[in-house]
Amino acid sequence: MSGAVDTSAAKLIEGPAVEPSPSAVRRFFSAWLVRRLLKALLTVFIVTTGTFFLVRLLPGNPVETYIQTQIAQTGISYEAAAAQAQNLFSLDPDAPLISQYFTYMVNLLHGDFGNSILSPGTTVAQVITTYLPWTLFSVGVATVISFAAGIVAGMIMAYRRESWVDHTLSSLGALLHAIPNYILAILIVVFLGVKLQWFNLTEARGSYTPGVEPSFSLSFLNDIFYHATLPILAYALTTVGSWALVMKSSTVETLGEDYVTVARARGLSDSRIRSGYVGRNAVLPLFSQLAVSLGFVVGGSIFVERIFGYQGIGFSLFNAINGRDYPVLQGIFLVLTISVVAANLLADILYSRLDPRIRLSGKAKG
Amino acid sequence: MTEASIPVTSIGTTGVSRFAGILSSLRRSPAGFIGFVVVLLLILISAIGPFFTPEIAPNVKEILLPAGSPGHLLGTDNEGKDVLAQMIGGGRTVIFVGFFAAAISTVIAIILGSLAAYLGGWFDSAVVTAVDVFLTVPTIILLAVLGAFFKLDSPLLLALLVGFLSWPVLTRAVRAQVLSLREREFVEAARLLDLGTVRVVFVEILPNMASFILMNFMIGVTNAIYQLVGFYLLGLAPLSGANWGIMLNRAWIAGAIFNDASLAWILSPIVAIVLLLLGLVMMTRSLEEILNPRLRDR
Repeated sequence: MSGAVDTSAAKLIEGPAVEPSPSAVRRFFSAWLVRRLLKALLTVFIVTTGTFFLVRLLPGNPVETYIQTQIAQTGISYEAAAAQAQNLFSLDPDAPLISQYFTYMVNLLHGDFGNSILSPGTTVAQVITTYLPWTLFSVGVATVISFAAGIVAGMIMAYRRESWVDHTLSSLGALLHAIPNYILAILIVVFLGVKLQWFNLTEARGSYTPGVEPSFSLSFLNDIFYHATLPILAYALTTVGSWALVMKSSTVETLGEDYVTVARARGLSDSRIRSGYVGRNAVLPLFSQLAVSLGFVVGGSIFVERIFGYQGIGFSLFNAINGRDYPVLQGIFLVLTISVVAANLLADILYSRLDPRIRLSGKAKG
Repeated sequence: MTEASIPVTSIGTTGVSRFAGILSSLRRSPAGFIGFVVVLLLILISAIGPFFTPEIAPNVKEILLPAGSPGHLLGTDNEGKDVLAQMIGGGRTVIFVGFFAAAISTVIAIILGSLAAYLGGWFDSAVVTAVDVFLTVPTIILLAVLGAFFKLDSPLLLALLVGFLSWPVLTRAVRAQVLSLREREFVEAARLLDLGTVRVVFVEILPNMASFILMNFMIGVTNAIYQLVGFYLLGLAPLSGANWGIMLNRAWIAGAIFNDASLAWILSPIVAIVLLLLGLVMMTRSLEEILNPRLRDR
């Protein structure tokens, strides 16, 4: 068999039947990207609007509560308290709802989220910029670790189907998948912290050792990893199982595809088939789930950070809820949603770069 | 979310025999069967167990007894309440909220997802947009924020809230399934017979997705339990009554982890919750294998 047959066969199998011109591809992609960006913006807009009206429609108006507390505590007049509240929340409770809404939106566009009630003098933006990076850091590192480990484990399971390796990893995966992250966090604290004393739990609280100046030095990097190890461990262990199981089924399906059979018939080396044909194609469906899982892990940070005392956004959200710090609550909710929307957007773009079929069909899987 | 993987072999059989079919296939997979038995046992124990345990009352004379103490197999907590009795009685709320919340979101998802796929047009775009928006909002956080406003003191209310917030994932899956099913001949035939949208969607199309929906229902139960217990653990839901989540919260707050005598107190709800979730996950996974024959035969 000559090489000519090989390439034509490969083309038939790997590429779309009709090769579009590069400019058409680019046009399609940019149109898709614009639509996708608009969708992300729309989501953020709806969520912003939703939270604004939610806060005002729900029982127990926070502004009124604040005014009443001020009157009860300091004995000032209603007008003075209302003025204070207006100053604090940067909104006027007596203004029509729609103009309040516009003020709120304009302020948001300027990056003004309002002020915290619990810690006067602190803006919501300050709260978020202090705590959010630590959550993004720990959740991000954990996601990368569990995604990579899950892919490797899933492929091993698929290649060694029905062997003891598959059965062991499958059971382990199901067990890890079934354990909630906060339960695993408690178990880590009990066994690795209290029983085995591998970790000093009191020292590991917080996102870095107090007094240490944040810098790009190796010692600081070491310090933040020391504090983030346990949360990362909890996130990664509880998500790796589902990645492995999803990757396993995806790989098994890919192994049954015709192009893999053809690749085998062509006598390609196992390692080349594994990475170039099976792995690459089996991973694709996982990317669309990456963003959804990120949202889930970010949401779970409120539990995990509370258990470990890791001072990320989940920790501050917990404090805001307990202290009924409405502006902070609203701000954190908004920023978390924006992060998840951004992650979704990023995953979609990545996915479409990796799988041209998506952008050629002009529409992502709905 | 595997697409185009539902078997549409048994058209015409009744719902009962189809359910029996699902059960018998569950028995074929040992892991799935074990999961089924574990879940059933936990439900039974939670439902009738409390009738056979002594009343859970504080007893100042027997505080923090270690596991294995006479009369208290798993010891007592910091108020002298028997841990084993709490463990047996603590499943009711958790299981009820889990199943009820999942039932609510499943019903919403079935109605919205199937009608969106079948009707198409503006209704479809509206549902897809709503799904996209709700899917990106971190549900747990939204629930936590709502928990700050509402007093979620009844499990029913909590179940309603969890259920109303968790429909998007399944709605998307149902929509994808119905999109592929509505092109089949029998649907075409039903449409030509002019049986009406409601009849075609809910009588002709949906029964073919029974096991698919059951699988997603169990995923919904798992997620609802995850959120519920997490909420109790953080003390975001009112801590009246006794359930596994409240046990965890009280043991954690009391520092049970630092005391050998009270380890059983914090570990027993953990074991119960993990067993329940593991049973559900094992059932779900074997159902997935049944739905996706490629996973089984190759």
